[in-house]
Amino acid sequence: MKERPIVEVVNASYAYPGGIKAIDDVSLSVEPGEFIALLGQNGSGKTTLAKLMNGLFKPTNGTVLIKGRDTKKMTVAECARIVGYVFQNPEHQIFASTIYEEIAFGPRNLGIPEEDVKRRVEEALKFVDLKKPTDAFPHLLSVGEKHRVAIASILAMEPELLILDEPTTGIDFGRSLQIMRLLQRLKDEGKAVIVITHDLYLAAEFAERIIILKDGRKFADGPTKEILSNKNLLTDAGLSPLQVTLLSESMKNYGISENAVRTMEFVEEFLKVLRRGYGSRV
Amino acid sequence: MSTAIKIDDLWVRYRGEEDYVIKGLSLEIEEGEFVLLMGASGCGKTTLCLTIMGIIPRVIKAEVKGNVRVFDLNPLNASPAEIAKYVTIVFQNPEMQLVTTSVYEEIAFPLENFGLPQDEIERRVEEVLEVVGLKGLEDRSPASLSGGQKQALAIASVLALRPKIIILDEPTSQLDPQGTKRVTDLILKLRREFETTILAVEHRVEWAVEHVDRIVVMNDGKIILEGDPKTVFSKEIKPEETGFRPPQVSEIAYNLIRSGVTFPTIPISLNEALDIFRGILDERKTYS
Repeated sequence: MKERPIVEVVNASYAYPGGIKAIDDVSLSVEPGEFIALLGQNGSGKTTLAKLMNGLFKPTNGTVLIKGRDTKKMTVAECARIVGYVFQNPEHQIFASTIYEEIAFGPRNLGIPEEDVKRRVEEALKFVDLKKPTDAFPHLLSVGEKHRVAIASILAMEPELLILDEPTTGIDFGRSLQIMRLLQRLKDEGKAVIVITHDLYLAAEFAERIIILKDGRKFADGPTKEILSNKNLLTDAGLSPLQVTLLSESMKNYGISENAVRTMEFVEEFLKVLRRGYGSRV
Repeated sequence: MSTAIKIDDLWVRYRGEEDYVIKGLSLEIEEGEFVLLMGASGCGKTTLCLTIMGIIPRVIKAEVKGNVRVFDLNPLNASPAEIAKYVTIVFQNPEMQLVTTSVYEEIAFPLENFGLPQDEIERRVEEVLEVVGLKGLEDRSPASLSGGQKQALAIASVLALRPKIIILDEPTSQLDPQGTKRVTDLILKLRREFETTILAVEHRVEWAVEHVDRIVVMNDGKIILEGDPKTVFSKEIKPEETGFRPPQVSEIAYNLIRSGVTFPTIPISLNEALDIFRGILDERKTYS
Protein backbone atom coordinates (compact mmCIF):
# COMPACT_ATOMS: atom_id res chain seq x y z
CA MET A 1 0.00 0.00 0.00
CA LYS A 2 1.29 3.37 -0.93
CA GLU A 3 2.01 5.67 1.97
CA ARG A 4 0.31 9.02 2.07
CA PRO A 5 2.59 11.85 0.83
CA ILE A 6 4.21 13.90 3.61
CA VAL A 7 3.33 17.13 1.87
CA GLU A 8 0.85 17.84 -0.88
CA VAL A 9 0.86 21.27 -2.47
CA VAL A 10 -2.34 21.72 -4.48
CA ASN A 11 -2.66 24.70 -6.83
CA ALA A 12 -1.07 26.85 -4.15
CA SER A 13 -0.27 30.53 -4.61
CA TYR A 14 1.27 32.94 -2.18
CA ALA A 15 1.31 36.70 -2.43
CA TYR A 16 3.30 38.78 0.03
CA PRO A 17 1.49 41.65 1.72
CA GLY A 18 1.75 44.37 -0.89
CA GLY A 19 0.77 42.03 -3.66
CA ILE A 20 4.04 40.55 -4.95
CA LYS A 21 3.08 37.03 -6.04
CA ALA A 22 5.97 34.78 -5.03
CA ILE A 23 4.31 31.43 -5.69
CA ASP A 24 1.84 31.03 -8.52
CA ASP A 25 -0.38 27.96 -8.81
CA VAL A 26 2.16 25.31 -7.81
CA SER A 27 1.22 21.65 -7.29
CA LEU A 28 3.53 18.89 -6.12
CA SER A 29 3.77 16.17 -3.52
CA VAL A 30 6.64 14.83 -1.47
CA GLU A 31 6.79 11.14 -0.55
CA PRO A 32 8.79 9.51 2.26
CA GLY A 33 12.36 8.61 1.25
CA GLU A 34 12.66 11.18 -1.52
CA PHE A 35 15.81 13.28 -2.01
CA ILE A 36 14.79 16.39 -3.95
CA ALA A 37 16.84 19.33 -5.13
CA LEU A 38 14.81 22.52 -5.53
CA LEU A 39 16.45 24.80 -8.09
CA GLY A 40 15.71 28.17 -9.62
CA GLN A 41 17.08 31.65 -9.96
CA ASN A 42 17.26 34.12 -7.10
CA GLY A 43 13.76 35.42 -6.50
CA SER A 44 12.07 32.46 -8.24
CA GLY A 45 10.13 31.55 -5.09
CA LYS A 46 12.18 28.66 -3.67
CA THR A 47 12.28 29.93 -0.09
CA THR A 48 8.61 30.96 -0.19
CA LEU A 49 7.63 27.48 -1.38
CA ALA A 50 9.67 25.94 1.44
CA LYS A 51 7.89 28.14 4.00
CA LEU A 52 4.53 27.14 2.53
CA MET A 53 5.46 23.49 2.89
CA ASN A 54 6.34 23.82 6.57
CA GLY A 55 3.36 25.99 7.44
CA LEU A 56 5.29 29.17 8.25
CA PHE A 57 3.26 30.72 5.42
CA LYS A 58 -0.31 29.74 4.55
CA PRO A 59 -1.23 29.84 0.86
CA THR A 60 -3.27 32.85 -0.24
CA ASN A 61 -4.90 30.55 -2.81
CA GLY A 62 -5.02 26.78 -3.06
CA THR A 63 -4.07 24.29 -0.38
CA VAL A 64 -1.04 22.81 1.33
CA LEU A 65 -1.61 19.52 3.13
CA ILE A 66 0.80 18.00 5.65
CA LYS A 67 0.00 14.33 6.13
CA GLY A 68 -3.43 15.07 4.73
CA ARG A 69 -4.16 18.01 7.04
CA ASP A 70 -4.67 21.53 5.75
CA THR A 71 -1.85 23.77 7.05
CA LYS A 72 -4.40 26.57 7.46
CA LYS A 73 -5.91 24.51 10.27
CA MET A 74 -2.58 23.66 11.87
CA THR A 75 -0.35 25.69 14.14
CA VAL A 76 3.22 26.38 13.04
CA ALA A 77 4.38 24.05 15.83
CA GLU A 78 2.20 21.21 14.57
CA CYS A 79 3.61 21.67 11.08
CA ALA A 80 7.20 21.86 12.34
CA ARG A 81 6.79 18.49 14.04
CA ILE A 82 6.51 16.92 10.59
CA VAL A 83 8.28 19.35 8.25
CA GLY A 84 11.54 20.87 9.48
CA TYR A 85 13.04 23.92 7.81
CA VAL A 86 16.72 24.85 8.11
CA PHE A 87 17.29 28.52 7.30
CA GLN A 88 19.67 29.67 4.58
CA ASN A 89 21.69 31.67 7.08
CA PRO A 90 22.19 29.70 10.31
CA GLU A 91 22.58 33.02 12.14
CA HIS A 92 18.87 33.59 11.57
CA GLN A 93 18.08 30.45 13.43
CA ILE A 94 20.63 30.28 16.23
CA PHE A 95 19.71 32.26 19.30
CA ALA A 96 20.41 30.22 22.43
CA SER A 97 23.42 30.65 24.71
CA THR A 98 24.62 27.05 24.53
CA ILE A 99 24.64 24.38 21.85
CA TYR A 100 22.54 22.15 24.12
CA GLU A 101 19.86 24.82 24.69
CA GLU A 102 19.79 25.55 20.97
CA ILE A 103 19.07 21.99 19.99
CA ALA A 104 16.76 21.27 22.95
CA PHE A 105 14.54 24.26 22.19
CA GLY A 106 12.48 22.59 19.45
CA PRO A 107 11.70 19.31 21.21
CA ARG A 108 10.94 21.16 24.48
CA ASN A 109 8.45 23.30 22.59
CA LEU A 110 6.77 20.12 21.42
CA GLY A 111 6.27 19.21 25.08
CA ILE A 112 8.70 16.29 24.98
CA PRO A 113 9.79 15.10 28.47
CA GLU A 114 13.27 16.33 29.45
CA GLU A 115 14.97 12.92 29.44
CA ASP A 116 13.72 12.32 25.93
CA VAL A 117 14.92 15.79 24.94
CA LYS A 118 18.38 14.88 26.21
CA ARG A 119 18.42 11.73 24.10
CA ARG A 120 17.29 13.66 21.02
CA VAL A 121 19.96 16.32 21.48
CA GLU A 122 22.66 13.67 21.84
CA GLU A 123 21.48 11.75 18.79
CA ALA A 124 21.22 14.89 16.67
CA LEU A 125 24.72 16.01 17.64
CA LYS A 126 26.09 12.57 16.93
CA PHE A 127 24.37 12.54 13.57
CA VAL A 128 25.88 15.85 12.44
CA ASP A 129 29.21 14.81 13.96
CA LEU A 130 29.76 17.95 16.00
CA LYS A 131 32.35 17.29 18.65
CA LYS A 132 32.11 20.51 20.65
CA PRO A 133 31.21 20.80 24.32
CA THR A 134 27.41 21.10 24.50
CA ASP A 135 27.76 24.11 26.82
CA ALA A 136 29.73 26.07 24.20
CA PHE A 137 28.33 29.36 22.90
CA PRO A 138 26.95 28.59 19.40
CA HIS A 139 27.67 32.04 17.96
CA LEU A 140 31.41 31.47 18.30
CA LEU A 141 31.37 28.38 16.10
CA SER A 142 32.62 28.44 12.51
CA VAL A 143 30.08 28.85 9.71
CA GLY A 144 30.22 25.13 8.93
CA GLU A 145 29.71 24.22 12.58
CA LYS A 146 26.80 26.64 12.91
CA HIS A 147 25.21 24.97 9.90
CA ARG A 148 25.53 21.64 11.61
CA VAL A 149 24.03 22.99 14.85
CA ALA A 150 21.16 24.42 12.82
CA ILE A 151 20.59 21.06 11.14
CA ALA A 152 20.87 19.24 14.48
CA SER A 153 18.29 21.54 16.08
CA ILE A 154 15.80 20.65 13.36
CA LEU A 155 16.72 16.94 13.45
CA ALA A 156 15.95 16.91 17.17
CA MET A 157 12.31 17.62 16.28
CA GLU A 158 12.43 14.30 14.39
CA PRO A 159 10.57 15.61 11.35
CA GLU A 160 9.57 13.37 8.45
CA LEU A 161 10.61 15.92 5.85
CA LEU A 162 13.65 18.15 6.17
CA ILE A 163 13.91 21.24 3.96
CA LEU A 164 17.32 22.89 3.84
CA ASP A 165 17.68 26.33 2.30
CA GLU A 166 21.07 26.51 0.58
CA PRO A 167 22.86 24.39 3.18
CA THR A 168 26.14 24.45 1.25
CA THR A 169 26.34 28.18 0.61
CA GLY A 170 29.40 29.74 2.17
CA ILE A 171 31.02 26.50 3.25
CA ASP A 172 33.82 24.75 1.45
CA PHE A 173 33.33 21.84 -0.87
CA GLY A 174 34.66 19.19 1.52
CA ARG A 175 32.14 20.29 4.15
CA SER A 176 29.40 20.53 1.52
CA LEU A 177 30.03 16.89 0.66
CA GLN A 178 29.80 16.00 4.37
CA ILE A 179 26.41 17.72 4.65
CA MET A 180 25.10 16.06 1.50
CA ARG A 181 26.26 12.64 2.75
CA LEU A 182 24.55 13.32 6.05
CA LEU A 183 21.32 14.10 4.19
CA GLN A 184 21.81 10.96 2.14
CA ARG A 185 21.84 8.98 5.40
CA LEU A 186 18.62 10.65 6.52
CA LYS A 187 17.08 9.69 3.24
CA ASP A 188 18.29 6.11 3.68
CA GLU A 189 16.54 6.09 7.05
CA GLY A 190 13.28 6.87 5.26
CA LYS A 191 13.06 10.62 5.78
CA ALA A 192 12.35 12.90 2.85
CA VAL A 193 14.89 15.64 2.10
CA ILE A 194 14.52 18.80 0.02
CA VAL A 195 17.66 20.82 -0.63
CA ILE A 196 17.36 24.31 -2.06
CA THR A 197 20.57 24.95 -3.96
CA HIS A 198 22.31 26.66 -6.85
CA ASP A 199 24.90 23.92 -6.99
CA LEU A 200 23.96 21.68 -9.90
CA TYR A 201 27.00 19.52 -9.29
CA LEU A 202 25.80 18.51 -5.82
CA ALA A 203 22.19 18.25 -7.03
CA ALA A 204 23.29 15.83 -9.79
CA GLU A 205 25.43 13.71 -7.51
CA PHE A 206 22.91 13.38 -4.65
CA ALA A 207 19.32 14.20 -5.56
CA GLU A 208 16.98 11.75 -7.26
CA ARG A 209 14.36 14.27 -8.22
CA ILE A 210 14.71 17.86 -9.42
CA ILE A 211 12.11 20.59 -9.12
CA ILE A 212 12.81 23.89 -10.86
CA LEU A 213 10.89 27.05 -10.10
CA LYS A 214 10.74 30.03 -12.42
CA ASP A 215 8.91 33.26 -11.62
CA GLY A 216 6.98 31.51 -8.86
CA ARG A 217 5.71 28.70 -11.09
CA LYS A 218 6.77 25.09 -11.30
CA PHE A 219 8.93 24.99 -14.41
CA ALA A 220 10.16 21.39 -14.26
CA ASP A 221 9.73 18.36 -12.02
CA GLY A 222 11.21 14.94 -12.71
CA PRO A 223 14.05 12.47 -12.24
CA THR A 224 17.46 14.13 -11.87
CA LYS A 225 18.92 12.62 -15.01
CA GLU A 226 15.97 13.63 -17.17
CA ILE A 227 15.92 17.23 -15.96
CA LEU A 228 19.63 18.02 -15.64
CA SER A 229 20.56 16.46 -18.99
CA ASN A 230 18.10 18.75 -20.77
CA LYS A 231 20.30 21.66 -21.76
CA ASN A 232 17.55 23.78 -23.27
CA LEU A 233 15.29 23.36 -20.29
CA LEU A 234 18.05 24.45 -17.90
CA THR A 235 18.99 27.42 -20.03
CA ASP A 236 15.36 28.53 -20.16
CA ALA A 237 15.26 28.31 -16.37
CA GLY A 238 18.35 30.54 -16.13
CA LEU A 239 20.58 27.67 -15.00
CA SER A 240 23.90 26.59 -16.51
CA PRO A 241 24.22 22.94 -17.53
CA LEU A 242 27.10 21.00 -15.97
CA GLN A 243 30.38 20.62 -17.85
CA VAL A 244 29.84 16.87 -17.98
CA THR A 245 26.49 17.34 -19.73
CA LEU A 246 27.90 19.74 -22.32
CA LEU A 247 30.88 17.47 -22.85
CA SER A 248 28.82 14.35 -23.48
CA GLU A 249 26.42 16.23 -25.74
CA SER A 250 29.29 17.52 -27.86
CA MET A 251 30.70 14.01 -28.18
CA LYS A 252 27.57 12.24 -29.40
CA ASN A 253 29.14 11.64 -32.80
CA TYR A 254 31.95 9.78 -31.03
CA GLY A 255 29.50 7.23 -29.72
CA ILE A 256 28.84 8.80 -26.31
CA SER A 257 25.25 7.66 -26.13
CA GLU A 258 23.53 9.96 -23.67
CA ASN A 259 23.89 13.20 -21.81
CA ALA A 260 25.63 12.51 -18.51
CA VAL A 261 24.82 14.46 -15.37
CA ARG A 262 27.29 12.77 -13.01
CA THR A 263 31.06 12.69 -13.41
CA MET A 264 31.28 8.90 -13.25
CA GLU A 265 28.54 8.44 -15.86
CA PHE A 266 30.73 10.12 -18.43
CA VAL A 267 33.87 8.32 -17.24
CA GLU A 268 32.18 4.91 -17.67
CA GLU A 269 30.66 5.85 -21.01
CA PHE A 270 34.00 7.13 -22.31
CA LEU A 271 35.78 3.94 -21.22
CA LYS A 272 33.11 1.85 -22.97
CA VAL A 273 33.60 3.75 -26.22
CA LEU A 274 37.37 3.58 -25.88
CA ARG A 275 37.37 -0.20 -25.23
CA ARG A 276 35.14 -1.14 -28.09
CA GLY A 277 37.62 0.64 -30.34
CA TYR A 278 35.06 3.31 -31.04
CA GLY A 279 33.81 1.78 -34.23
CA SER A 280 30.35 3.16 -33.75
CA ARG A 281 31.22 6.60 -34.95
CA VAL A 282 29.75 6.02 -38.36
CA MET B 1 53.32 47.70 -13.11
CA SER B 2 53.94 48.07 -9.45
CA THR B 3 53.38 45.67 -6.64
CA ALA B 4 49.87 46.00 -5.20
CA ILE B 5 50.22 43.71 -2.20
CA LYS B 6 53.42 42.40 -0.65
CA ILE B 7 53.39 40.12 2.36
CA ASP B 8 56.56 38.86 4.01
CA ASP B 9 56.66 36.10 6.60
CA LEU B 10 53.29 36.99 8.12
CA TRP B 11 52.23 35.44 11.42
CA VAL B 12 48.81 36.17 12.94
CA ARG B 13 47.46 34.95 16.26
CA TYR B 14 44.09 36.04 17.65
CA ARG B 15 44.04 37.42 21.15
CA GLY B 16 43.54 34.68 23.69
CA GLU B 17 44.37 31.90 21.22
CA GLU B 18 47.33 29.59 21.52
CA ASP B 19 47.89 28.80 17.86
CA TYR B 20 48.77 31.10 15.01
CA VAL B 21 46.15 31.23 12.24
CA ILE B 22 48.65 32.50 9.67
CA LYS B 23 52.00 30.77 9.94
CA GLY B 24 54.84 32.45 8.08
CA LEU B 25 53.00 33.32 4.87
CA SER B 26 54.59 35.29 2.03
CA LEU B 27 52.72 36.50 -1.05
CA GLU B 28 53.18 39.13 -3.72
CA ILE B 29 50.41 40.38 -5.99
CA GLU B 30 51.07 42.66 -8.95
CA GLU B 31 48.88 45.61 -9.82
CA GLY B 32 46.07 44.46 -12.12
CA GLU B 33 46.47 40.81 -11.24
CA PHE B 34 43.41 38.62 -10.57
CA VAL B 35 44.31 36.15 -7.85
CA LEU B 36 42.06 33.44 -6.49
CA LEU B 37 42.56 32.40 -2.89
CA MET B 38 41.34 28.90 -2.10
CA GLY B 39 41.42 26.45 0.77
CA ALA B 40 39.17 24.68 3.26
CA SER B 41 37.17 26.63 5.84
CA GLY B 42 39.42 27.62 8.69
CA CYS B 43 42.64 27.60 6.64
CA GLY B 44 43.22 31.31 7.26
CA LYS B 45 41.87 32.87 4.02
CA THR B 46 39.60 35.36 5.73
CA THR B 47 42.24 36.22 8.35
CA LEU B 48 44.67 37.00 5.54
CA CYS B 49 42.13 39.25 3.81
CA LEU B 50 41.32 41.07 7.05
CA THR B 51 45.01 41.63 7.72
CA ILE B 52 45.57 43.10 4.25
CA MET B 53 42.66 45.44 5.06
CA GLY B 54 44.20 46.37 8.39
CA ILE B 55 40.96 45.30 10.10
CA ILE B 56 43.31 42.93 11.89
CA PRO B 57 44.77 44.15 14.25
CA ARG B 58 42.95 47.52 14.31
CA VAL B 59 39.42 46.24 14.92
CA ILE B 60 39.91 42.55 15.59
CA LYS B 61 42.70 42.29 18.13
CA ALA B 62 45.51 39.96 17.24
CA GLU B 63 49.25 39.61 17.41
CA VAL B 64 50.70 40.30 13.96
CA LYS B 65 54.32 39.62 13.01
CA GLY B 66 55.94 40.20 9.63
CA ASN B 67 55.48 42.82 6.93
CA VAL B 68 52.43 43.83 4.89
CA ARG B 69 52.45 46.52 2.18
CA VAL B 70 49.49 47.72 0.14
CA PHE B 71 51.07 49.92 -2.51
CA ASP B 72 52.99 52.42 -0.38
CA LEU B 73 50.91 51.88 2.75
CA ASN B 74 51.42 49.70 5.75
CA PRO B 75 47.83 48.66 6.60
CA LEU B 76 48.91 47.52 10.05
CA ASN B 77 49.30 51.15 11.15
CA ALA B 78 47.53 53.23 8.47
CA SER B 79 44.20 54.92 9.20
CA PRO B 80 40.99 53.32 7.86
CA ALA B 81 40.41 56.31 5.58
CA GLU B 82 43.86 55.94 4.01
CA ILE B 83 43.41 52.23 3.45
CA ALA B 84 39.92 52.66 2.02
CA LYS B 85 41.39 54.65 -0.87
CA TYR B 86 43.32 51.60 -1.97
CA VAL B 87 41.46 48.52 -0.95
CA THR B 88 37.88 47.53 -0.13
CA ILE B 89 36.30 44.24 0.73
CA VAL B 90 32.99 42.57 -0.13
CA PHE B 91 32.07 40.25 2.68
CA GLN B 92 30.73 36.76 2.29
CA ASN B 93 27.59 37.60 4.23
CA PRO B 94 26.12 40.70 2.58
CA GLU B 95 24.05 41.53 5.65
CA MET B 96 27.27 42.45 7.42
CA GLN B 97 27.67 45.49 5.24
CA LEU B 98 24.20 46.69 4.28
CA VAL B 99 23.49 49.64 6.54
CA THR B 100 21.09 52.07 4.89
CA THR B 101 17.35 52.16 4.16
CA SER B 102 17.33 52.18 0.36
CA VAL B 103 19.25 50.53 -2.45
CA TYR B 104 20.20 53.95 -3.81
CA GLU B 105 21.51 55.18 -0.47
CA GLU B 106 23.45 52.00 0.11
CA ILE B 107 25.60 52.79 -2.90
CA ALA B 108 25.56 56.56 -2.65
CA PHE B 109 26.47 56.71 1.06
CA PRO B 110 30.19 55.87 0.82
CA LEU B 111 30.51 58.05 -2.27
CA GLU B 112 29.05 60.97 -0.34
CA ASN B 113 31.55 60.25 2.41
CA PHE B 114 34.34 60.60 -0.10
CA GLY B 115 32.90 63.97 -1.13
CA LEU B 116 32.11 63.16 -4.77
CA PRO B 117 29.91 65.64 -6.68
CA GLN B 118 26.20 64.74 -6.79
CA ASP B 119 26.00 64.15 -10.55
CA GLU B 120 29.00 61.83 -10.42
CA ILE B 121 27.36 59.92 -7.54
CA GLU B 122 24.15 59.51 -9.50
CA ARG B 123 26.04 58.35 -12.57
CA ARG B 124 28.01 55.76 -10.65
CA VAL B 125 24.96 54.46 -8.77
CA GLU B 126 23.05 53.96 -12.01
CA GLU B 127 26.06 52.35 -13.68
CA VAL B 128 26.68 49.75 -10.98
CA LEU B 129 22.97 48.99 -10.47
CA GLU B 130 22.70 48.28 -14.17
CA VAL B 131 25.71 46.00 -14.11
CA VAL B 132 24.64 43.95 -11.07
CA GLY B 133 21.07 43.80 -12.32
CA LEU B 134 19.32 45.81 -9.62
CA LYS B 135 18.14 48.68 -11.79
CA GLY B 136 14.62 49.76 -10.93
CA LEU B 137 15.00 48.75 -7.29
CA GLU B 138 16.58 52.07 -6.20
CA ASP B 139 13.91 52.82 -3.60
CA ARG B 140 13.58 49.33 -2.16
CA SER B 141 14.83 48.65 1.33
CA PRO B 142 17.95 46.43 1.29
CA ALA B 143 16.28 44.27 3.95
CA SER B 144 13.47 43.39 1.52
CA LEU B 145 15.82 41.99 -1.13
CA SER B 146 16.45 38.28 -1.68
CA GLY B 147 19.76 36.78 -0.55
CA GLY B 148 21.24 36.99 -4.02
CA GLN B 149 20.06 40.55 -4.55
CA LYS B 150 21.64 41.56 -1.24
CA GLN B 151 24.94 40.10 -2.38
CA ALA B 152 24.69 41.95 -5.67
CA LEU B 153 23.99 45.17 -3.76
CA ALA B 154 26.97 44.67 -1.44
CA ILE B 155 29.21 44.21 -4.47
CA ALA B 156 27.70 47.21 -6.23
CA SER B 157 28.34 49.49 -3.26
CA VAL B 158 32.01 48.53 -3.21
CA LEU B 159 32.46 48.69 -6.97
CA ALA B 160 31.06 52.20 -7.09
CA LEU B 161 34.09 53.32 -5.07
CA ARG B 162 36.41 52.06 -7.81
CA PRO B 163 39.15 51.00 -5.41
CA LYS B 164 42.57 49.96 -6.72
CA ILE B 165 42.26 46.63 -4.97
CA ILE B 166 39.04 44.71 -4.37
CA ILE B 167 38.94 41.77 -2.03
CA LEU B 168 35.96 39.53 -2.67
CA ASP B 169 35.07 36.93 -0.05
CA GLU B 170 32.98 34.43 -2.03
CA PRO B 171 31.44 37.10 -4.23
CA THR B 172 29.00 34.81 -6.00
CA SER B 173 28.13 32.25 -3.34
CA GLN B 174 24.48 33.28 -3.17
CA LEU B 175 24.02 34.23 -6.79
CA ASP B 176 22.35 32.21 -9.51
CA PRO B 177 24.18 31.65 -12.81
CA GLN B 178 22.91 34.88 -14.37
CA GLY B 179 23.87 36.86 -11.30
CA THR B 180 27.25 35.14 -11.26
CA LYS B 181 27.81 35.98 -14.90
CA ARG B 182 26.90 39.61 -14.31
CA VAL B 183 29.34 39.86 -11.40
CA THR B 184 32.04 38.12 -13.41
CA ASP B 185 31.53 40.47 -16.35
CA LEU B 186 31.67 43.38 -13.95
CA ILE B 187 34.94 42.21 -12.41
CA LEU B 188 36.47 41.72 -15.84
CA LYS B 189 35.30 45.17 -16.91
CA LEU B 190 36.91 46.70 -13.84
CA ARG B 191 40.18 45.00 -14.63
CA ARG B 192 40.06 46.13 -18.23
CA GLU B 193 39.07 49.71 -17.62
CA PHE B 194 40.61 50.53 -14.27
CA GLU B 195 43.31 47.86 -13.91
CA THR B 196 41.77 46.91 -10.60
CA THR B 197 43.70 44.31 -8.66
CA ILE B 198 41.43 41.53 -7.48
CA LEU B 199 41.90 39.03 -4.71
CA ALA B 200 38.93 36.68 -4.55
CA VAL B 201 38.06 33.87 -2.18
CA GLU B 202 35.81 31.47 -4.06
CA HIS B 203 34.99 27.78 -3.99
CA ARG B 204 33.30 27.62 -7.37
CA VAL B 205 36.17 26.62 -9.48
CA GLU B 206 34.71 26.55 -13.00
CA TRP B 207 33.85 30.19 -12.51
CA ALA B 208 37.42 30.95 -11.62
CA VAL B 209 39.68 28.95 -13.91
CA GLU B 210 38.54 30.80 -16.98
CA HIS B 211 39.42 34.21 -15.64
CA VAL B 212 42.05 34.24 -12.91
CA ASP B 213 45.77 34.71 -13.47
CA ARG B 214 46.84 32.75 -10.46
CA ILE B 215 45.43 30.38 -7.85
CA VAL B 216 46.85 30.41 -4.34
CA VAL B 217 45.86 27.45 -2.16
CA MET B 218 46.14 27.76 1.60
CA ASN B 219 46.11 25.09 4.25
CA ASP B 220 46.62 25.57 7.96
CA GLY B 221 47.87 29.15 7.65
CA LYS B 222 50.37 28.46 4.89
CA ILE B 223 50.42 28.45 1.11
CA ILE B 224 50.61 24.84 -0.08
CA LEU B 225 50.07 25.29 -3.81
CA GLU B 226 50.40 28.24 -6.14
CA GLY B 227 50.37 28.81 -9.88
CA ASP B 228 48.23 29.46 -12.92
CA PRO B 229 45.07 27.30 -13.07
CA LYS B 230 46.62 24.91 -15.56
CA THR B 231 49.54 24.16 -13.23
CA VAL B 232 47.41 23.87 -10.10
CA PHE B 233 45.10 21.24 -11.60
CA SER B 234 47.84 19.29 -13.37
CA LYS B 235 47.82 16.93 -10.36
CA GLU B 236 44.76 15.49 -8.68
CA ILE B 237 43.12 17.81 -6.17
CA LYS B 238 41.36 16.09 -3.28
CA PRO B 239 38.33 18.15 -2.13
CA GLU B 240 38.52 16.82 1.42
CA GLU B 241 42.05 18.23 1.79
CA THR B 242 41.85 21.47 -0.14
CA GLY B 243 38.22 22.41 0.48
CA PHE B 244 37.40 22.77 -3.21
CA ARG B 245 36.72 20.48 -6.11
CA PRO B 246 38.58 20.59 -9.40
CA PRO B 247 36.75 21.63 -12.58
CA GLN B 248 34.48 18.75 -13.55
CA VAL B 249 36.43 18.11 -16.76
CA SER B 250 39.63 17.73 -14.70
CA GLU B 251 37.83 15.37 -12.33
CA ILE B 252 36.83 13.24 -15.33
CA ALA B 253 40.45 13.16 -16.48
CA TYR B 254 41.75 12.11 -13.03
CA ASN B 255 39.26 9.22 -13.02
CA LEU B 256 40.18 8.12 -16.53
CA ILE B 257 43.89 8.20 -15.65
CA ARG B 258 43.12 5.81 -12.80
CA SER B 259 41.60 3.49 -15.41
CA GLY B 260 44.79 3.56 -17.46
CA VAL B 261 43.97 6.26 -20.02
CA THR B 262 46.92 8.53 -20.83
CA PHE B 263 46.44 12.29 -21.05
CA PRO B 264 48.73 14.74 -22.84
CA THR B 265 47.62 17.36 -20.31
CA ILE B 266 44.83 17.71 -17.72
CA PRO B 267 42.01 19.82 -19.21
CA ILE B 268 40.62 22.63 -17.05
CA SER B 269 38.03 24.12 -19.38
CA LEU B 270 35.27 22.63 -21.49
CA ASN B 271 36.77 23.49 -24.88
CA GLU B 272 40.14 22.14 -23.92
CA ALA B 273 38.49 18.96 -22.62
CA LEU B 274 36.60 18.46 -25.88
CA ASP B 275 39.83 18.66 -27.90
CA ILE B 276 41.64 16.27 -25.58
CA PHE B 277 38.86 13.68 -25.21
CA ARG B 278 38.22 13.67 -28.97
CA GLY B 279 41.95 13.42 -29.56
CA ILE B 280 42.22 10.33 -27.36
CA LEU B 281 39.40 8.60 -29.25
CA ASP B 282 40.77 9.68 -32.66
CA GLU B 283 44.18 8.29 -31.83
CA ARG B 284 42.70 5.00 -30.68
CA LYS B 285 40.89 4.75 -34.01
CA THR B 286 44.08 5.27 -35.98
CA TYR B 287 45.74 2.34 -34.27
CA SER B 288 42.78 -0.03 -34.09
